[in-house]
Amino acid sequence: MSARLSRPVDAELAREFGLTAEEYGNVLSIMGRTPTFTELGIFSVMWSEHCSYKSSRAHLKTLPTTAPWVIHGPGENAGVVDIGHGLAAIFKMESHNHPSFIEPYQGAATGVGGILRDVFTMGARPIANLNALRFGDPNNPQTRRIVDGVVRGVGGYGNCVGVPTVGGEVNFHPAYDGNPLVNAMTVGVARQDRIFLSAAAGIGNPVIYVGSKTGRDGIHGATMSSSEFDEDALAKRPTVQVGDPFVEKLLIEACLELMATDAIVAIQDMGAAGLTSSSVEMAGKGGVGIDLDLDNVPQRERGMTAYEMMLSESQERMLIVLRPDRTEQARAIFDKWELDFAVIGHLTDTGHIVIRHRGEVEADIPLAPLADQAPVYHRPTAPAQKPLPMEPIIDPVGTEQALLRLIGCPDLASRAWVYNQYDSTVGGQTVRRPGAADAAIVKVEDTQIGLALTTDCTPRYCRADARLGGAQAVAEAWRNITATGARPLAVTDNLNFGSPEKPEVMGQFVDAIAGMGEACRALDFPVVSGNVSLYNETRAPDGTSQSILPTPAIGGLGVLEDVRKAVGLEMPEGCDVMLLGETKGQLGQSIWLREILGAQDGAPPTLDLAAERRNGDFVRGLILDGTVIACHDVADGGVLVAVAEMVMAGQAGCVLDAPQSGMRPEAFWFGEDQSRYIVAVRDGAALATLAGKAGVPCRRLGHSAGGGLTLPNGSTISKARLCAVHSEFFPRLMDR
Amino acid sequence: MKAAIVVFPGTNRERDMAIALRGVTGQAPTMVWHRDTALPAGVDLVVLPGGFSYGDYLRCGAMAAHAPIMAAIREFAAKGGHILGVCNGFQILTEAQLLPGALLRNASLRFLSQDCFLRVERDGTAFTRHWAKGDVFRTPMAHGDGNYIAGAETIRMLEETGRVAFRYVSETGHLDAGDARLNPNGSMNAIAGVFSENLRICGMMPHPEDLVDPLMGGVDGKPLFTGLVEAVVG
Repeated sequence: MSARLSRPVDAELAREFGLTAEEYGNVLSIMGRTPTFTELGIFSVMWSEHCSYKSSRAHLKTLPTTAPWVIHGPGENAGVVDIGHGLAAIFKMESHNHPSFIEPYQGAATGVGGILRDVFTMGARPIANLNALRFGDPNNPQTRRIVDGVVRGVGGYGNCVGVPTVGGEVNFHPAYDGNPLVNAMTVGVARQDRIFLSAAAGIGNPVIYVGSKTGRDGIHGATMSSSEFDEDALAKRPTVQVGDPFVEKLLIEACLELMATDAIVAIQDMGAAGLTSSSVEMAGKGGVGIDLDLDNVPQRERGMTAYEMMLSESQERMLIVLRPDRTEQARAIFDKWELDFAVIGHLTDTGHIVIRHRGEVEADIPLAPLADQAPVYHRPTAPAQKPLPMEPIIDPVGTEQALLRLIGCPDLASRAWVYNQYDSTVGGQTVRRPGAADAAIVKVEDTQIGLALTTDCTPRYCRADARLGGAQAVAEAWRNITATGARPLAVTDNLNFGSPEKPEVMGQFVDAIAGMGEACRALDFPVVSGNVSLYNETRAPDGTSQSILPTPAIGGLGVLEDVRKAVGLEMPEGCDVMLLGETKGQLGQSIWLREILGAQDGAPPTLDLAAERRNGDFVRGLILDGTVIACHDVADGGVLVAVAEMVMAGQAGCVLDAPQSGMRPEAFWFGEDQSRYIVAVRDGAALATLAGKAGVPCRRLGHSAGGGLTLPNGSTISKARLCAVHSEFFPRLMDR
Repeated sequence: MKAAIVVFPGTNRERDMAIALRGVTGQAPTMVWHRDTALPAGVDLVVLPGGFSYGDYLRCGAMAAHAPIMAAIREFAAKGGHILGVCNGFQILTEAQLLPGALLRNASLRFLSQDCFLRVERDGTAFTRHWAKGDVFRTPMAHGDGNYIAGAETIRMLEETGRVAFRYVSETGHLDAGDARLNPNGSMNAIAGVFSENLRICGMMPHPEDLVDPLMGGVDGKPLFTGLVEAVVG
């Protein structure tokens, strides 16, 4: 064993590496001796929250993950679903929260890079990126720096690799002040008979390293992501990786070229915990051993130790197990793309991972117990604090003023400033760009298949009621896909929460998963991939720590067999504008309540999953048969905000009738009741008849005409005025 | 028409361009690798598509301008061949001095991905024959470095000899180079595209190849390609 240890291995070092005393005890019993420095490093990253899911695993198992159209669920690098014609969509969402606070540009950029690799490692050409971003209070001076860096980072990486960024969401809340969320999603398409998995096989087969060289960046990044921030967070900048999208682009092309041959047995990207997790997981899944000789690893710096190489999170690297005799064929492809290619080891029958460096064995760990004895925690939960009941409401501003304030507020204002920095058209297959429909629509090249893509979560609902919030996030993703005419297929989840060691946070986590599971089951919308990000906390100098809002972000994917049938928000003139779904006027946790009365009270709107399904299936059928010409779900801000968004998206305005709902105007216009859609149709009366037969509540809101939004009192807000108010927020915040 | 699309490491709009060309010619263009030293025999159009050749390191297009294939492209140009450079392709053509001027960072210092409106400044060329002078068309743009600049002499020469191909304008054709809403990247004289002296080479920043299908929102970009086919084959 190596004598080059920077420190003796003991319980104290183990604690610094993030292992508890009990976990270190297990390491000692697995090894039967004191581990080496490198071995301790491997255990600590593999058993970190980030890699082992030790606090979340028991709960994630309760989520539904199967359906006839699911080809691979959780457990692979990304989820895989059948989209017809022998093709599969491969997709996943993943967080890069902690790095994005420390170094916003690189944190966000490498988040995009990492999720792209998870998808193309399975054989898919990436065809779309989305991202769900949550930032702190716009008035916090840090927020501007973080928004700027994150948006530049997402664009800098995605634009260069040539994958269109087509959708996503942005929220602001002070709970994210010291801990923004950057959740990146990639969707790719592959032939179903050419999907690549990570389980290594074939004793003696060569293990190949390709991509960028290994440097000292990102060492212990996975461990960093598994602890809370303290006041020294910014001093952790050296743990943040640096991305190179140019190399990623070459890596995509080279891997896809190699994948067109039959040379590959197994392949996995080097993500969190780099060479360690990729080699351990590939060999572990395959039930084989693996020997690595680190002298052959392409290195960017001199004098790197085995520990540093095994824990480096240098970007744009992949590990491949090749068939014997295919090494030279593969090498030629990587030479063409000017990427490093090295044989760094081979598979064995020992069931151990053995790491050699400079002639010495630096690590020799049995793989089965490293995986099987990884800790699983059933952490205690406590009920979260319920929001205060709503005070009796007095509307101080009236409908028109409220509308203008809502469409200009940080959570509802136009995101064009953000998405105009992302290339949304590269690839030439973007049918609906950001803002044009409830879900982005991307065509699959050389087919008529369209994919409908969205990310959704309403964290303020989740804080008020995590179970309902978890269900609502899934339902809203399903609804957004449905509103384009697509059939929702499956979701990827990105569960962002505070410290699981706080019982009330753990309670939120467990409740949110329960709600998600209910909605996924009711809507036949299984979870096929995902990521958990815990310890999203900011510790203040006084020792207290603040958790983020519970944020189970849902990335949804749906399919249109004929993409030409997709609809968006834009209405032509001369349509009846109809509201489908029940309106109860629920203002609890609404944007109206927050923006107009400054209150964050009440229960969030109720969610009836049977009604959700009935309403959605009804709307989708009418889109596909051409009855519905434009469609928009009713979400944050309620009915009037949704109508205003449809007016802003197109040429035609809208003239609203008096609602005659029997409820107060603010409740009718700004309540956030769920499971509702606004549709434009040629014959509203015929729609009402059909809806009546289907048991779907239906009422006329008005008709499309003119160039603005005419309220029931006769007052017209021009489209130009709406757009001006809507587009003020971001430039005012960012370009001052 | 026999078209070739040149692919450099980091090129990323070669497939968009291939789809646009295939849509009007019915034939898939040939992809030419940057390390090749000859163009396919009988090629009558060479396209340098968009992307981030060599990661935009050093300067956009600077390294690609010295790629092995460029000698063959210079020779093709010298013989009067038709060359279209879009976005990074335009940057490469200026770096290779096959077109005058240079492309700086956008005036806003941000990447801009949005629709813009272009006015056709000279018709009758291989690239603009299916438009009339003054026509306005919509096209997506997606670049961080599209701010066209050239020396005063060069600009005057381009203007006087009718070598400005396209300008950024309003939807109705109104020109105001000082208005960032109309001239989003801050280009001199709102120049979006220029011609070579023989009018056979055209470079432009926006992406007409991404607006050739009603499904993607319109066919505003299509006349460029139908015109090219007619001119080159005809």
